[in-house]
Amino acid sequence: MNATNRTVVVTGIGATTPLGGDSASTWEGLVAGRSGVHLLQQDWAAELPVRIAAEIAVEPTEVIPRPQARRLDRSAQFALIAAREAWADAGLTGRAGEPGDGAAVDPDRLGAVVASGIGGVTTLLGQYDVLKEQGVRRVSPHTVPMLMPNSPAANVGIELNARAGVHTPVSACASGAEAIGYAIQMIRTGRADIVVAGGTEAAIHPLPIVAFGNMMAMSKNNDDPQGASRPYDVARDGFVLGEGAGIVVLESAEHAARRGARVYCEAVGQGVSADAHHIAQPEPNGRGISSALTNLMEGSDLKPAEIAHVNAHATSTPQGDVAEIKALRGVFGDDVDHMAVSATKSMTGHLLGGAGGVETVATVLALHNRIAPPTINIENFDPEVEADVVRGEARALPEGTIAALNNSFGFGGHNVVLAFRSV
Amino acid sequence: MAATQEEILEGLADIVNEIAGIPTEDVQLDKSFTDDLDVDSLSMVEVVVAAEERFGVKIPDDDVKNLKTVGDATDYILKHQA
Repeated sequence: MNATNRTVVVTGIGATTPLGGDSASTWEGLVAGRSGVHLLQQDWAAELPVRIAAEIAVEPTEVIPRPQARRLDRSAQFALIAAREAWADAGLTGRAGEPGDGAAVDPDRLGAVVASGIGGVTTLLGQYDVLKEQGVRRVSPHTVPMLMPNSPAANVGIELNARAGVHTPVSACASGAEAIGYAIQMIRTGRADIVVAGGTEAAIHPLPIVAFGNMMAMSKNNDDPQGASRPYDVARDGFVLGEGAGIVVLESAEHAARRGARVYCEAVGQGVSADAHHIAQPEPNGRGISSALTNLMEGSDLKPAEIAHVNAHATSTPQGDVAEIKALRGVFGDDVDHMAVSATKSMTGHLLGGAGGVETVATVLALHNRIAPPTINIENFDPEVEADVVRGEARALPEGTIAALNNSFGFGGHNVVLAFRSV
Repeated sequence: MAATQEEILEGLADIVNEIAGIPTEDVQLDKSFTDDLDVDSLSMVEVVVAAEERFGVKIPDDDVKNLKTVGDATDYILKHQA
């Protein structure tokens, strides 16, 4: 197939997050303005400088049978749960090409792109503990297939019989969004007709928490866990670590129409750039973010007037939150005034490589339901944030054709902007 | 005290159940680990390590490839247990 500019649509969504075990309960939590952050109860957390995180609402072992779960890193367990929901939500059951509704999909035209920022870090560290404490013989033979960062993508690909290509872009906290952008390209360029794509992360373990804490990147507001993630508040002091996965089913419009699939929205495209500035600090004026936004607009038929909603990256760090808004203002000027900006990390915490996946699910549902979720915990709004932030309570989005952006940026200076449009 | 064939079968059934989720009553002497019990080459390593600990035997890697069925493993353990 030589198609080079095919329309791509979203036909399925799935998630498991700190707010709920599926996309419906996650959305309900977002719209209600519920925080998924809690004080960590584990023994190992007691002495840490940061003792808060947004842990998963439904433990994956309650969903995945134990013999399968013990061969999967927690990040792959999240990804499988979200992918199964998205696949079923797209009206598909069983493996592609095999008896069942999956027979409507040609395995050679099905891809899987599932990203993670850190990969199987709890498996790696856990098995190192086993090696030190119990010896060579006790190290699990599943260790390598569990800890490799492509493990979630590979497991999703095997389960669904995806043979057009299985990929894992790694770009820290932009990974999930980059995966979805990559999937859009796979379909647009004709490599695949349908791709299951998103991000996952499971890094709530003392080492990542201490390491992020030592970078001064995390909130130390242990006294008020639910109020700790506060993008755009003047007192914001860093992100709160979250875990979970968000996955979407992307499909060429033609393929979706042929099998009569329900369409949530159009996946218009992506804009990508790199800061080339600092390994962990955002470029303070949002130069790289501006380039990503400009690339998106130049590479698609999107009009600034259409954009009614932005699911911002906004992790609750002093510099990053403002740089993103500066970039939006710089590229869109007064058009920013009609964009309802939501920072859903105020509720989910920061899912690192999972963030782009979960926030894409939120963006798709915002368009579908015409509701922008709130940004919670803003007590003193930062005057440097020159944008219409949806504060405190959810807000209705306008009727007619509207578009929404989902921004994700990662350590290393990776910038990914995804655009979706109502149908 | 050395385990009997029956005790070894029972022990292997527990191990296979733990690792592959197969009901213990389905783990019989004539069953193939790979073909019947959903134990792939990686999980077989786990079965072997668990069996070594439970029955106090050493099963060198070179011998593992000869243990195709539950009966093969039972015989091996019967013969080599301390």
